[in-house]
Amino acid sequence: MTTLGWLIPVGPFAAFAAIALGAHTSKRLSRTLALVGIALSVVLSQVVFWSLVRNPETRTGSVIHWFSQGTQSVGLGIFIDPTNAVMLAMVSFVCLMIFIYSIGYMAHDPRQSRFFAYVSLFGGAMLGAMVVDNLLAFFLFWEVMGTCSYLLIGFWWEKRSAVNASLKAFLVTKTGDLFLLLGLVLLYSQVGSLDYADVFNPATVGALARTPIFGAQSVATVAVLLLFGGTIGKSAQLPLHVWLPDAMEGPTPASALIHAATMVSAGVYLMIRAFPLLVVSEAMPIVAGVGTVTAVVAALVAVAQSDVKRVLAFSTISQLGYMVAALGMGAYEAALFHLLTHAFFKSLLFMSAGSVIHGMEHGHHHSPGHAVRDEEDKSFDPQDMWKMGGLGFRMPVTAVSFMAGSLALSGFPLVTAGFWSKDEILAHAWPGYDWIFWSLAAAALLTAFYSARQIFLVFFNKPRTRAAVHARESAVVMVVPLAILAIFAITLGWVGIPEDFPLLGRWIPGGFGPFVDRSIEYLEAAGMYPLAHVPIAAPGQHAPTAEGGAVQSHLPLLVGVAASLGGLFLGWWVYGRWPIRASEANSDPVRLALGRLELTGIHIALADQFGIDGLYQRLVVRPAVRLAEICDAFDSKVIDSLVVAYARGFGYQGPGEAPRRVAQALGEVDEKLIDGTVVAFAKGFGQHGRLGPVIAAADRSVLDRLVDGVGGISRGIARATHWLDHDLLDGAVNAITGLGRLSSGGLGLFDNGVVDGVVEATADGVGRLGKAARRVQSGQLPDYLWNAFALILMLVAVLVLFQFA
Amino acid sequence: MDLLATVPLSWYLILGAALFCIGVYGVLANRNLIVIMMAIELMLNAVVLNLAAFARFMEPARIQGKAFAIVTYATAAAEAALGLALIISIWRTENTVAVEEIDLLKG
Repeated sequence: MTTLGWLIPVGPFAAFAAIALGAHTSKRLSRTLALVGIALSVVLSQVVFWSLVRNPETRTGSVIHWFSQGTQSVGLGIFIDPTNAVMLAMVSFVCLMIFIYSIGYMAHDPRQSRFFAYVSLFGGAMLGAMVVDNLLAFFLFWEVMGTCSYLLIGFWWEKRSAVNASLKAFLVTKTGDLFLLLGLVLLYSQVGSLDYADVFNPATVGALARTPIFGAQSVATVAVLLLFGGTIGKSAQLPLHVWLPDAMEGPTPASALIHAATMVSAGVYLMIRAFPLLVVSEAMPIVAGVGTVTAVVAALVAVAQSDVKRVLAFSTISQLGYMVAALGMGAYEAALFHLLTHAFFKSLLFMSAGSVIHGMEHGHHHSPGHAVRDEEDKSFDPQDMWKMGGLGFRMPVTAVSFMAGSLALSGFPLVTAGFWSKDEILAHAWPGYDWIFWSLAAAALLTAFYSARQIFLVFFNKPRTRAAVHARESAVVMVVPLAILAIFAITLGWVGIPEDFPLLGRWIPGGFGPFVDRSIEYLEAAGMYPLAHVPIAAPGQHAPTAEGGAVQSHLPLLVGVAASLGGLFLGWWVYGRWPIRASEANSDPVRLALGRLELTGIHIALADQFGIDGLYQRLVVRPAVRLAEICDAFDSKVIDSLVVAYARGFGYQGPGEAPRRVAQALGEVDEKLIDGTVVAFAKGFGQHGRLGPVIAAADRSVLDRLVDGVGGISRGIARATHWLDHDLLDGAVNAITGLGRLSSGGLGLFDNGVVDGVVEATADGVGRLGKAARRVQSGQLPDYLWNAFALILMLVAVLVLFQFA
Repeated sequence: MDLLATVPLSWYLILGAALFCIGVYGVLANRNLIVIMMAIELMLNAVVLNLAAFARFMEPARIQGKAFAIVTYATAAAEAALGLALIISIWRTENTVAVEEIDLLKG
C-alpha cells in the first residue's frame, strides 16, 4: 500500500519531467505522455480506493527521510484514510477527463506541449498533496500547485491581461500562504512535529486547546485561524477571492482543473485534515461566518456577470463558501461530499463552457463575410453570453452536459448530485445556526437563478449574433469527457443518500457518510466531536439538539427544494420566456427592471464585484508602487550622486546629473552668499564719505611736514650706503659669481647628460614594460576569467604538489 | 523503506563536481553576459549540493550544514540581483551584452 501510495503522484511527475526535458518537441508525444501518466494515477488511485472500501483502516508508511534536525526528523510518507482515498479517486479521475478534453481544446495551439507539461506537474502536485503524511510536505505540494496556477493562467503570455491575472493569482494566494506558514511554525513549535499522526490526534489537539497564547486565545484557535488563512487564499474565500475571476484568462481546461475542481479544493482539504484541531478551537464560528458570507456575496455577484466563465468563477467561490461554512458547523461528511460532487459538476460546467467558446469562435470565423470584418474581430469576445443564444440546437451534447451540470449546481431535487450534497449542508444548519441556514438558502436560490439565467441566455431562444448562428458542436474528443462527467454529476450523489431518507434510502446503497466517518471516528471516541448522531443528518431528520434527541424536521429539505426549483423558475421567468434581442449587457432584464426603480446602480455594483478590485488597487497596489518610486528616487538622486562624486575623484569625466546640480548649487551659494558678503562688506567701507575730507586735511598739515624732515636725513644715509654697496660689496659679489658660473656649467653638463639620461632611460623602460603589460588588461571579461581560472589551477597544482613535498 | 538512504555519498559529490564543471565551462565559454550569470548560479548550486551532501552524511543531526546552505542561497540571490543590475546598466550605456564588446576598463 505504501508503494502504491507514493506511486500515485509519480506518473504525472514523470510525464512532466519527460516533456520538459525533451519530449516537448513532439506534440503528439507530449500528449501521450501526459495521458499515460495520469491514467497510471487513475488506476492506482482506484486500487487504493477500493482497497480502503474493503478495509477502512488508515494506512501509513514512510517513504523518504527528508532531513533531520537534532532528534527530530521530517520525511515524506504516506497517509491514506477513507477521506484521502475518496479525494485521490476523484482528483485523478477528473484530471484524466480534463486531459482528454484538453487534447481537443488545445489542438490548434502550437505550444500545447508546454500546456501538457504544466498540467502534468500540477496533477502530480495535487495527488502528492493528497497522499503525504505531514504538513510540511503538504505545504511543499501546495506551493507547487500555486506555481502551476501562475504558469497556466499566464499561459498565453502575449496577452497583458493574462500576465496581470497570473501575477495577481500568485501574489494573492501567497498572502494566504504566509498565514499558513505561520500556522505551521506555530504548530511545530508547540507540538515538535508536523506529522498528521502527531498533530491531529485527540491528545495533542486537546493539549493545544488548553495552552494559552497571546492572552486569552488557545493555541488551537490561533493555529486554526492561521491555517484557515491559507484556505482563504487558496480556496478564494472572501477577502482573498479576487484572483479567481481574473484567473479565467487561462485556457479553459486549466480553469476546469485548477480553479474549479482541484486546486481550490486543496484549501478545503486542508481544513478537513485539520478538522480535529478545528473542533476544539474557538474558531468555528469565524470559519462558518467567512464561508457563509463568501457564499452569499459571490452568488450575488454572479447574477450580474456577462462572461460565461466569470459566472462559473463566482459560482465556484460561492460553492467553496458552502464547503467552508459546512466545516465551520462541524459537518465533516457534508463538506467532503459537497467537495466531491462540486468537483465533478464544476469541471463539467467549465469544460462545457469551453466547448461553447470553441463553438462561438468557430461560428465567428465561419460566418459569411467574415473576411471583411477585421475591426469586429478584435472586439469579438467569444465568452460574452450576450452574444450567444440558441446554441442548444447547434451544440446538443454540450448543451445537455451543461444543463446537467447546471442542474447539479442548482441542486435540482432527487436526481442530481448537487441536491444531495447541498441539502446535507443545509440540514446541518437547521436549527442552531439560523442565520447561516437562511443565508445559505438564499445563496442556493441565487445559485439556481444565475444557473438558469446562464442556460437560457446561452442555449435557448434565438441567437443574438451571427457567430452564434454559425456555431457548431465540438470535436468528439472534447465531448466524450463531458458526457462521462455528466453521468457522474447525476449519479454520484446517490452514494450519499442517507439511510433514513424515505423510499430511496433503503433501495440505493449509500454508504458514503459512514465510510468517510471512519476518518474521524477516533474523535467521536475521544468525545471531541460534539455531534454524537447518526453520521449523516438526513434531509428529513436533523442533528440532535443539546438535549440529545433527534429533531424530526422536514424544513431544510423543503427549503432546499424550494430554493432550487424557485430559483430555476425565476430564471426561466426572467430570461427564458421571451427571447432577448439586443446583444449588450445593458439589455439584461434585471438591470432594466432595476432601472425603472432608479436602482441600476445596484446591478452595476454587482457586475463590478462591489468595487473590491478598485479598493485593493487603492489600498495595496498604489501604496506599494509609491514606495517603489520613493526608493527609486532615493537611489538615483542620493546614492548615485555620492557614487559619481567618488568616481570623479578618480578622474571619471562622465555624466552625473546630481553632482553637477550640487556643484551648481554650491557655485550659486558661493556667488550669492560669500561674494555678496564680501562685496557688501567692501562697499560698506566706501560709505564713510563724511570722514574723508577731515582725514585728508589732517594728513596734509601735520603728517606731511614730519615726513619731509625725515626724508632729508634719510637721503644722506642713503648716499653713504650706496657707495658701500656699489663699489665694495658688488665687486666682491661679482668675483664670486664668476667662479660660480664656471662650476655650475660643469655640474649642468653632468646633470643633463648623466642624471637625466638615467632618469629618462628608466622612465622609458618602465613605459615600455607598462605598454607590454597593458595587453593583459584587455577590458574583456573572458580574458579575466581565464586568467583567474589559470591562477586557480596553478594554486591547486601547488597545493597538490605540496602533498608530496 | 527509505529510498533516499540508498544513495551513497560519492554520487552526490560526483554530481556536484559535474555541475561545477559545467558551470565553469559556461562561465568561460559564453558570449552572453546573462548566460555567464546563469553559469555562476549553477556553480553556486553545485557547491551547495556538495555542502548539503556532506552535512547529511557526516553530521546529520547538526543544523550548521543546512544553515550554511540556506545562507549561501540567500547570498547567491543577492549577488544575482546585483549582477543583473550591473548587466542592465551595461545594456543601457553600451547597448550590448556580448562580452567581447565591453572593454571600458581596457588599460
